[in-house]
Amino acid sequence: MDGLIIFDPLFRVPFFNGLVLAIALSAIGAYLRLRDEWLSAFSLSQVAAAGGVLALPLGLPILLTASLSAGLVALVFGLMSRVDNNHYGWTILLGWAAALVLAANTHQGSVIVEALLRGQLYFSSIYHLIAGLVLLGFVLVILPWLSSRLMTGRFFPDYFRANRMPTWHHRLPFALLVVFAVVLGTVAMGAVPAFAISFVPAWVAFVLCKGWRKALFLAVLLAVAAYLVGFSIAIQFDQPFGPTLVIVLALLAPLRLLASRTRPE
Amino acid sequence: MLVCFDQLVVGYTGPVVGPVSFSLYAGEVLGLGGANGAGKSTLLRALTGTAHIFSGRIERRDELRVVHHRQRPERPPELPLLGREMLALLDAESDPSALGNEAIEKLIAPLLDQPVGRMSGGQYQLLQAWACLNSNAHVVLLDEPTNNLDGQAIDALGTVLRQMGLERSAILVSHEQAFLEANCDRQLDVSEWTV
Repeated sequence: MDGLIIFDPLFRVPFFNGLVLAIALSAIGAYLRLRDEWLSAFSLSQVAAAGGVLALPLGLPILLTASLSAGLVALVFGLMSRVDNNHYGWTILLGWAAALVLAANTHQGSVIVEALLRGQLYFSSIYHLIAGLVLLGFVLVILPWLSSRLMTGRFFPDYFRANRMPTWHHRLPFALLVVFAVVLGTVAMGAVPAFAISFVPAWVAFVLCKGWRKALFLAVLLAVAAYLVGFSIAIQFDQPFGPTLVIVLALLAPLRLLASRTRPE
Repeated sequence: MLVCFDQLVVGYTGPVVGPVSFSLYAGEVLGLGGANGAGKSTLLRALTGTAHIFSGRIERRDELRVVHHRQRPERPPELPLLGREMLALLDAESDPSALGNEAIEKLIAPLLDQPVGRMSGGQYQLLQAWACLNSNAHVVLLDEPTNNLDGQAIDALGTVLRQMGLERSAILVSHEQAFLEANCDRQLDVSEWTV
């Protein structure tokens, strides 16, 4: 066992940081898929990366500038009457372009944007882990409370307005949760791996399960399993973590074939 | 009286229908008929706050609860949520045997433990209508609830509609005149008020 690099104390904090994020991102990803907003995670991660590049010239922490930029875009989405994948698609394009243009014209910007887009889990610190645990705490406390409201809004979109009930009571906390998770995921794992772990497990679990709780549980289980395998392979065989995780997640795709062949009439 | 539409002119970028005045009373099923585009759905949307009121007003009883069955109900693809989990969102009665109608029980019971993503369009339409009609809402707005339904399901829907009780009421929009006549206490032809 001593020969395995994965057990090196140097990697303990990054390991637990990624594990916590895998749980939180996959649970949030299931709700994003429920609301057909799964692409929003990727669009916000691109914006977070662009905001992160501004950290050095502004002399502010990356986490702060990334959160502010992603939070601002999430606020704009929240104020719009309807947001769909076209909006998320444009945000991805513009966020990506902004990140790279800012990086090219900022001192050491290219180093930061490289880290944010590719991920730097091995270099994540105890502060990232603490933030991740806070996020997980919010997910465990707030998501169960939000759950029925998010679902009611999805199935009966007029319900809250028809009954003169404010929608920001559930939309705002959920948007903040998504921003918090996406920013932490982007800073620690990288934009693409953070999106992948919010997207793939729910995509697989939704067709395999009957019942919301089972699907949610399976999504988290698949995310944790993929993370454990991806992290182990990356560390042990000196591979980049982000792409390794994405490949492992992609290997989950055939599980969808196990779904019942039942089709709507 | 549960709701009163008073000289209401309603639409979206411009007026679609109005001025309209009518009231809805507890225990009644009010049918809205008329040609396509007459503004039947727009009148329902005025009550849900999703259409623009240009003039006039809507009076509602205090603490009125409203539920809206849309013409094309929202259904996310591949969703694993079970039928009974969707009913729980509206605190709707999930036991179809409570009505004591075997035909309804036969139609609804198999849907309770089926993921909504795997239901046919008609099954999902029926379950949504069932959820709205059995919810705790005082006013149920049903917009073309018979779309995609076969004859048996349409009959079942009519039975549930007629058993709503005296405390609640429904506004039913349908292009099927026979369904309106069979299940409504009174009807209004919206075409008369189309702008």
